[in-house]
Amino acid sequence: MRILIRKLTIIFALMFLSNLVLADKWSEQFPHIKNTGDIPGECSYESMSKKDYSGRTLRINTHAVPVMGEPTALHAEQFSKLTGAKVNVVHTPAGDLYAKAMIPFQAGQAPYDIVFGFSNFIRDWMQYLEPVPEKYVNMRQMQDVTQSHIGVASWDGQMIQFPIDGDRHYLKYRKDVIDNPKYQKKYKADTGKTLKVPTTWKEYGEIASYFNGWDWDNDGELEYGSAEVMKKDDLMYAAFFSRAAAYSKNPRTPGGFYFDLKTMEPLINNPGFVEALEDWVAATKYVPPGGINFGLGDEINSFGGGQTLFSFSWDDAFVKAMEDSSPIKNKVGAAPLPGAEKVWNRGDNSWDLGYNQAPYIVWGWASAVAKKSKNHDMAFDYLCFFANDANHQADIAIGRFGVNPFRKSDFDPQIYIERQGWDPLIAKSYTATLMGMEEYSTNRVFPLRVPGVFQFTSAVATGTSKALAGQLSSQEALDEVAAEWKKIIKRIGADTIREAYAVGVALEDNKN
Amino acid sequence: MNFNHKFVFLLPGLLVLIGILIFPIVFTVRLSLSSWDSFYPGLDFIGLDNYIRLFTDDKRFWESFFRLSFFSVTTVFLQYIIGFSLALMVWKDIIFKRFFRVLFLIPMMTTPVIMTVIWRTFFHESLGPVNDFFSLFGITPLWLSNSILAKFTVIIVEVWQWTPFMFLLLLAGLLSLPKEPFLAASIDGAGPIRKFIYVTFPLMAPISIGAIIIRLIEASKIMDTVYVLTSGGPGTATETSSYYIFIKGLREFQIGYSAALSFTYLIIMIISLTIISKLLVKLLIKKI
Repeated sequence: MRILIRKLTIIFALMFLSNLVLADKWSEQFPHIKNTGDIPGECSYESMSKKDYSGRTLRINTHAVPVMGEPTALHAEQFSKLTGAKVNVVHTPAGDLYAKAMIPFQAGQAPYDIVFGFSNFIRDWMQYLEPVPEKYVNMRQMQDVTQSHIGVASWDGQMIQFPIDGDRHYLKYRKDVIDNPKYQKKYKADTGKTLKVPTTWKEYGEIASYFNGWDWDNDGELEYGSAEVMKKDDLMYAAFFSRAAAYSKNPRTPGGFYFDLKTMEPLINNPGFVEALEDWVAATKYVPPGGINFGLGDEINSFGGGQTLFSFSWDDAFVKAMEDSSPIKNKVGAAPLPGAEKVWNRGDNSWDLGYNQAPYIVWGWASAVAKKSKNHDMAFDYLCFFANDANHQADIAIGRFGVNPFRKSDFDPQIYIERQGWDPLIAKSYTATLMGMEEYSTNRVFPLRVPGVFQFTSAVATGTSKALAGQLSSQEALDEVAAEWKKIIKRIGADTIREAYAVGVALEDNKN
Repeated sequence: MNFNHKFVFLLPGLLVLIGILIFPIVFTVRLSLSSWDSFYPGLDFIGLDNYIRLFTDDKRFWESFFRLSFFSVTTVFLQYIIGFSLALMVWKDIIFKRFFRVLFLIPMMTTPVIMTVIWRTFFHESLGPVNDFFSLFGITPLWLSNSILAKFTVIIVEVWQWTPFMFLLLLAGLLSLPKEPFLAASIDGAGPIRKFIYVTFPLMAPISIGAIIIRLIEASKIMDTVYVLTSGGPGTATETSSYYIFIKGLREFQIGYSAALSFTYLIIMIISLTIISKLLVKLLIKKI
């Protein structure tokens, strides 16, 4: 027995050492993975080096550099060196990704083997995409992906998009202000309330208003309450849904957040959404000057640059704030999106009183393989290589890459403490916040994923921006959106929309 | 002698004309009679449904069209005034004449999208240098997020970018004017203002009409400035027809409907520009 144990120990030690040798070999050649070296797996550097795609060309349409465009190009270059494939990468602005793929899709052409886009394109694109083969779905790398993001990448149980990124909206705040005893005392004295991380949107508004327009970090410049994506057509509808989730996603009324699944009647103008829009209109008073015209980039720079107390949207503002060059590194915190003290019950047509909170698992970057591509094997291998363990761990540490956590192993605070120098408390609150949304919440809102999704979201952007600009009241603006939604439903067909919407509702109602 | 072969020489030009002008227009008309969108691709036939929707149920298109008219007329008027003034300035013998001629052309030579990004940075309400300056006086105008000021900002950028084009055409016109009428006016004792009113301006009228019409055609397509500067906001305060068609066609992917919008817009532009040019001729030439 002892001999057996000794032999096994030697074998394991040799295996470990051989892995280290290989890791060194690959990280020397590819410095991008210098922190981890190659990590064994189905799509590791070692595995890919055994493939031979010489004489073949892979064509990829991705986003502009750097967000997602830079990692796509970097991994394309690596893939090319390892397999001998020629990889052509085309970079396209975010707003054109949909049309640039959709036009050839509809014309029956396949100018790209791989297309990058947003995960909520899935219903419009899925008929032109090749489902992810079982061997990739079942591999170890995929088992680590959170259930939420398996759901985001899949349609009715079938994986259509290859998971490469994970997104959700959450609250970012200035920890050095909220946790500051001096400000806590001052806030209490001035308002009679406790200064703490806001758990409702009303609290968010009160605290943001209080800290709006004065120099609370003593840097000689004015600071403001909140930075938000309010610019029309620039992802703003997602910011609105983040605010609306608390007032409108009622766990007691399953069967639809955006529409009533049974009747396909839009819910966008119910009192829950209207209350959220009224809060948002009030927020125009505590954003920086011109904040009503902030796109995502402005929001990232504003909060990440230390201009505001709060922000909520994708990870990027938080990652920017925690970069080494940031003046507010280790001065920020992450928390779930605020909730509300009431939630609309559309069954009773009344407010249910009591605390309600609903995470918004917003859409993120997605990648998929064109059905008409003649290079399915190579295309899936590329995507698998893109998201292999070593590349993924290196990518999530680089803010500008736009690759955010979506695997269970990403929610280990040690990664951020050891590799990125984060304060342990911040790393723990960040990972706990994200993990809580991904794996533990049962009252989540998922992005709208129905045919003609852009028509619906564009109507929301137009209506809400009219309210923010003061052209219409909140109720009038959302009535206009609801009327537009009804027209879209009529054009595309209620049954067609219902069939697609049911897939998203199943996720929200925890049926998948 | 058979001259039929001469038509062979016309063929390349004819093919180009069909390829780049006739076919796109015919195809757009056909597309406008279909319901092609992201979910139903293809040239089905739905009759005039898209046009009925446009004329009975799309207030936003007509609002954007009237906004476009306001932008076009205002910017072209300002461009004409400023462009003519600059052209008159460098037409005379002033020092550094050549330097100024080149300097005034620089905005036109820059890429509109890039320059608009730079302007957007200038006018950024909390981080831009324009408000840094105004904050010295205790004010921070909301250049991009106030409905009225956002229109004003779009006009500033458009005028800055395209006044040089007007300047170039008008300067070319001034340089080609005959000297005799000016000599005659001088002999008659006309001062600079009288010379301008009775000689320069009337002689420049045909060129002015051409320049104004060319600029009106260009200004009526204003899209990149709005796209980069305001995305049509705040609300719909700066949304123009071309931006709206872009949203419907390439963002919402309502291809059939956006074709109907485009074709209607084309017809309206042809009619209105014809009327405007006739009016200008009547006002500026026939009267003179």
